[in-house]
Amino acid sequence: MSAAEERLARQSARNGWLLSVPALLLLGVAAIGPLAVIFVYSFLTPGQYGNVVWEFSLDGWISILFTRDIFEGTLGLADAHLTIFWRSVSLSIMTTVVAFALGFPTAWFIATRPAKQRALWLFLITIPFWTNLLIRTFAIMEVIRAEGVLNTALLWIGIIDTPLAIIYTDVAVLIGMAYVYLPLMVLPLFAAIDRFDMRLLEAGYDLYASRWQVLRRVILPIVKPGIVAGSILVFVPSLGAYVTPRVLGGGKNMMIGNFIELQFLAGRNWPLGAALSVTLLVIVTAALLIYVRAANRGSNPHG
Amino acid sequence: MAERRFEISRIPGFATIAVATFVMLYLPIAALVTFSFNAGNSVAVWEGFSLHWYADAWNNQAVKDATARSLIIAVCAAVISTTVATLAAMGTTRRARFRGDTFIYVAINQPLMVPEIVTAVALMILFGMVKEATGYQGLGYLILAHSAFCIPFAYLPIRARLEGMDLSLETAAGDLYATPWQTFRHVTLPLLGPGILAGAMLAFVISLDDVIITEFVKSGGQDTLPTYMLGQLRRTMTPEVNAISTALLALTVVLLTIFFLLTRKRD
Repeated sequence: MSAAEERLARQSARNGWLLSVPALLLLGVAAIGPLAVIFVYSFLTPGQYGNVVWEFSLDGWISILFTRDIFEGTLGLADAHLTIFWRSVSLSIMTTVVAFALGFPTAWFIATRPAKQRALWLFLITIPFWTNLLIRTFAIMEVIRAEGVLNTALLWIGIIDTPLAIIYTDVAVLIGMAYVYLPLMVLPLFAAIDRFDMRLLEAGYDLYASRWQVLRRVILPIVKPGIVAGSILVFVPSLGAYVTPRVLGGGKNMMIGNFIELQFLAGRNWPLGAALSVTLLVIVTAALLIYVRAANRGSNPHG
Repeated sequence: MAERRFEISRIPGFATIAVATFVMLYLPIAALVTFSFNAGNSVAVWEGFSLHWYADAWNNQAVKDATARSLIIAVCAAVISTTVATLAAMGTTRRARFRGDTFIYVAINQPLMVPEIVTAVALMILFGMVKEATGYQGLGYLILAHSAFCIPFAYLPIRARLEGMDLSLETAAGDLYATPWQTFRHVTLPLLGPGILAGAMLAFVISLDDVIITEFVKSGGQDTLPTYMLGQLRRTMTPEVNAISTALLALTVVLLTIFFLLTRKRD
């Protein structure tokens, strides 16, 4: 590289940085920077009426899993916390499974439509995707409420004679999350299936494979990056969900997101809330790293 | 007897599940919209057509205030985030890779990756300190927070548009002695226009829809439309909430349709 070229390259890099500075500043102040505050707060001592006292303490982290016996000072497992973690993880996994069970056939259906229709079907998936999550949660709530659309219809037909008690249960949260996050499963699955070479199916059938064998041995392995991507895109927001469990789970069926809120509002244990936030952040980041790897493999045709 | 053609890409049951999924996806929304026109108080039993819930919402001072607040925040956040996102997109596309460009890209997309509840409590703590120190309680905090998390939504369509533009027109302008500013103003900006507009619309919709960060950052009496609706949950639900939802839904669909028309690939 000549001196002039080198100077141009340096100038280009400098301009690149300069142009990005306003965005980075804004994000630093109101998105990335505050995460550092959370990290620091997780190592402080809770104040009596919320907030913190500036004294180093690991209690926030310890009390994620353990509770201190007031009289003996011994540590025991915090069952209530474990119940909430377990509910969050299991509901998120179930949400992912339900979304996949419905989303895979849907994505396949869209990808195998004639080219002209495909855009319309895809648009029908995208509209709910961009629609206010709260509105969609309201919509599903009005369906499954005790005096909601579903119960009214079932009572009217005569299938049931007392309303089904779905709302404010884990099932309600599961239905709600599967409903609101389904488009996040369908879109990456569609992208993967869209690239799938249908001639491979022909080859499979020519070799006397059954439909099931073709599905299991040809289709699923090839669209696997799309499956991983869709699963993580559903799992990650499910794990951090706040609105859906609050609206559909009532106060009782908390998930991690609501538990974090509780620490900052009623629970008055900010360091615990901060430690929980950092934990959630780490889990989500790990899941997203897997997603990035899967997505990169998906874009590489020889991978 | 006509033999049924063996359709290679057909998997038995898939079409049924897919159609059922579409029905399930739209049925709740359809019910929500339908009952916003209900004459009675119920959100499940039809008692005749009426627009009075829309009138009620329209005449409700709290709804009016929340709507105004939502719009002010969304307009400000869309303008600010789109401006900085346009600059950043210019800085990170169509030039040789440079040290730190991946860092910039990850930082810009960071709001998409962090669970919103985490950012929300972090901002609550940070802005709480600032509120105490300065005494300022205004909408500025919400505008700042919204501007930040809207950046990736504005950035991505602008970047996509820029990547599809080749540099030859700008090089030609330079050859004709245009200054860098003239080139930007008269060549780049008009070409980039649809991308910027698309980015701004997406940012506007995202800001308008936000619940969690707003709920934690807002000071007393600063409800936006979504947080007002969330607050209504504790009361008995009337179709008024349906009417507000339907109006918001209609606005979103209109904006998104425009967005799709703007970003559509021309063949």
